[in-house]
Amino acid sequence: MRPITEITRADMAHIALGGAFLGTGGGGDPYIGKLMAEQAIAEHGPVPVLDVEALDDDALVVPVAMMGAPTVMLEKLPRGDEAINALRSLEAVLGRKADAIFCIEAGGLNSTIPIAVAASAGLPIVDGDGMGRAFPELQMVSMTMFGIHACPMAMADEKGNALVLNTVDNLSTEKFARVITVEMGGAGLIALYPMTGRQAKEAILRGSLSLIHNIGRIITTEQAANRNPADLLARELNGVRLFEGRVTDVDRRTEGGFARGQARLEGLEAYAGRVLTLKFQNEFLVAEDETGRPLAMTPDLICLLDLETGQPITTEQMGYGFRVIAFGLPCDPKWRSPHGLDLVGPGYFGYAHQYQPIEDIERN
Amino acid sequence: MFRIGIDVGGTNTDAVVMEGDRILAGVKSPTTEDVMGGVVESLTKVLDQSGAPKERVSAVMIGTTHFTNAVVERRHMARTAAVRLCLPAAQCLPPMVDWPEDIREAVGGRFWMARGGNEFDGRQISGLDMAELDRIAAEIGAAGIDTVAVTSVFSPVSDEMERKAAARLKERLPGADFTLSSEIGRLGILERENAAIMNASLRALSERTVAAFGRALEAVGLTCPYYITQNDGTLMSREFVQAYPVLTFASGPTNSMRGASFLSGEADAIVADVGGTSTDVGALVKGFPRPASTTVDVGGVRTNFRMPDVFSIALGGGTIISGEGDAVKIGPQSVGYRITREAICFGGQTLTATDVAVGLGLADVGDASTRGRMPNDLESIKEKINALILNAVERMRVSPQPIPVLAVGGGSILIPDRVGDLPVIRPEHFSVANAVGAAIGQISGEVDRIFSLASKSREEALAEARKEATDKAIAAGADPASIELLDQEDVPLAYLPGNATRIRLKVVGSMHG
Repeated sequence: MRPITEITRADMAHIALGGAFLGTGGGGDPYIGKLMAEQAIAEHGPVPVLDVEALDDDALVVPVAMMGAPTVMLEKLPRGDEAINALRSLEAVLGRKADAIFCIEAGGLNSTIPIAVAASAGLPIVDGDGMGRAFPELQMVSMTMFGIHACPMAMADEKGNALVLNTVDNLSTEKFARVITVEMGGAGLIALYPMTGRQAKEAILRGSLSLIHNIGRIITTEQAANRNPADLLARELNGVRLFEGRVTDVDRRTEGGFARGQARLEGLEAYAGRVLTLKFQNEFLVAEDETGRPLAMTPDLICLLDLETGQPITTEQMGYGFRVIAFGLPCDPKWRSPHGLDLVGPGYFGYAHQYQPIEDIERN
Repeated sequence: MFRIGIDVGGTNTDAVVMEGDRILAGVKSPTTEDVMGGVVESLTKVLDQSGAPKERVSAVMIGTTHFTNAVVERRHMARTAAVRLCLPAAQCLPPMVDWPEDIREAVGGRFWMARGGNEFDGRQISGLDMAELDRIAAEIGAAGIDTVAVTSVFSPVSDEMERKAAARLKERLPGADFTLSSEIGRLGILERENAAIMNASLRALSERTVAAFGRALEAVGLTCPYYITQNDGTLMSREFVQAYPVLTFASGPTNSMRGASFLSGEADAIVADVGGTSTDVGALVKGFPRPASTTVDVGGVRTNFRMPDVFSIALGGGTIISGEGDAVKIGPQSVGYRITREAICFGGQTLTATDVAVGLGLADVGDASTRGRMPNDLESIKEKINALILNAVERMRVSPQPIPVLAVGGGSILIPDRVGDLPVIRPEHFSVANAVGAAIGQISGEVDRIFSLASKSREEALAEARKEATDKAIAAGADPASIELLDQEDVPLAYLPGNATRIRLKVVGSMHG
């Protein structure tokens, strides 16, 4: 896989598609962020992409993101300069300008919004992120494992409100910021986890933008050739084809503001007669076979592709009768450390399974 | 009393006459360039064949692709003013931002963004600024535009701003038509606004078309009311379709599936509509097509209409069979309308899917004595065709229950008597199922918005939504006693702590009288 060195307007279609895939069923539709990035690039030119090694050790690197309900952002579109305002507020507190930005998560809406911000701010974007996929909460980033504080964190809305938070730890940042997003109308733009180039080299997950772009490119070219992209994705990404089937039941409920639930899939073709259960909390978190044995679990990625079109499917879209391919990808090795599993392993989300890497499960 | 159903398709205009649940006659005529010629011819033929006295026809239901075609061909679209109530939010992506250049030009590409809009929970983003609206009205008037689409942020939650702004603009623009996004679209502002703008640009065409349908009816001596079918299989009054022409988009496949359901008496089934070049396979749930879940492009513009979920394969009566033995290929080319010249069973030289059916004695079409000129591995070719059909049907199947497959359309002889473990039903009048679908249209009411559960329970919110939908259906002409719940879904809003849920709900009822 060749790393990308700049993002042009034409790259955004691939990135939005790859971002939807790495959203692992959540993270929101990257479409709005794609349109914003296309406009910003048309106005300000392509966004340079930096390898994390190219950062000066004392550079200031800041991820920007949308926080809150993606459904809200699909209705109340941004004014456009909220994220820049958040970034400027953070810079004012820190007393210095940011040298580069990056994506806090590689999946969903937050895979595309930072590119629009980078283009408008005239800043390069680092080829990396904090999750390697989508996760629902602020503290669920690799930076937390490396002792990097989310605060000072800045939040901004379209009315011009900008708030700066200082909290005792990253979980507290999540709790307070979540409440503020509601007051902001359900979604806000944020800048947080200010860090040095040296910290970034240690803490962030590398190559995410190149990966997103590559996934989008594979899906597009395979769709154009009338092939389902699952096979080529599996080969290129060391992925595991978990299942092919039809959604026969979706059970959703809300707990603490997060859409939790599970879906039952009945097998088609080679999987006829088999059953797969997908458990989700915004994102797909656990896949189990008919005996309850796990086939893949968080932090490994579980992605759903439409059987006919190869298009990624979200937990919100998924409905009775959908015909899908369930697909598993190994997560970044950093997540498999004890600290990583404390943050985003099955236990944190309330599942009883002991974490097993997807490739180990497949081998047995 | 009698009802007439008409389906104006791209190739044929079909018509049926029904008395109660009985079909008295069904005919096909070629669709004409002016549309009306084909309608008059079909009406004349079908009235003649059925013997139904004109004065005893109580209603005519028309399904048409006319408005979809106008968008696809960028024809007859009026210059439109798009007004979005949103400031200070939503400036970054102006109206029509993601439209193809040629269609944006077709509607003139003019837009205004103004103060207004709501939050998800009903709070205001900002209040309406009447002076600003007056200024916008003056500019719209100066541009000579007379149709306006008004879209407010979160108008599915509260449509008050759209209504107030339109009323204010109307004071300054008394001759203009207004389309409010909350009346046609669902959550997702770009898609809803797109639908509103397309609708506004089609209103003049809609008035002309509806009037022309009226003249066509008059020309054959029919004085009864007429209705147009919308994409959920329900009916719109003449006044309603003049105001909301976009709701006819994709009504064709819906009519065909609803007609199949009616003709067979099956409410849950797979429908295979076999034409000359392709087969559309869809699923019926409680008598209505299962909707597609994703956004749908109409003429390159993203919308969130609920279109039927249809899987199409390149297999029809005219599909060309090439190669021999193991290398035999089914399609994807077709002889199409030339079938009556080129297919072997009609004396031609090309082996088609229809010839395979004739050769095996499954169909009585053309000249059976041509069988001698057909290859002798017809059985294995038919098996391949059956495998294609099985695959398509399996993809649309939603449950392990052995629901039937309904074979309709001119080429449905290609469907075997069983598809896998599913029985096949070939209803009478299968070739005009789409016109039957139009004739049996019902009236619906729909709600899709976010409900706050801070002060009420989920059950109370669902009841409130159901009442709203029922009121809408009654307002649209449904008989209150016949109204029933068709579809209901509630999805909690993700990533928000708190108590908001998005409810989509639809009721249907029979037409009054």
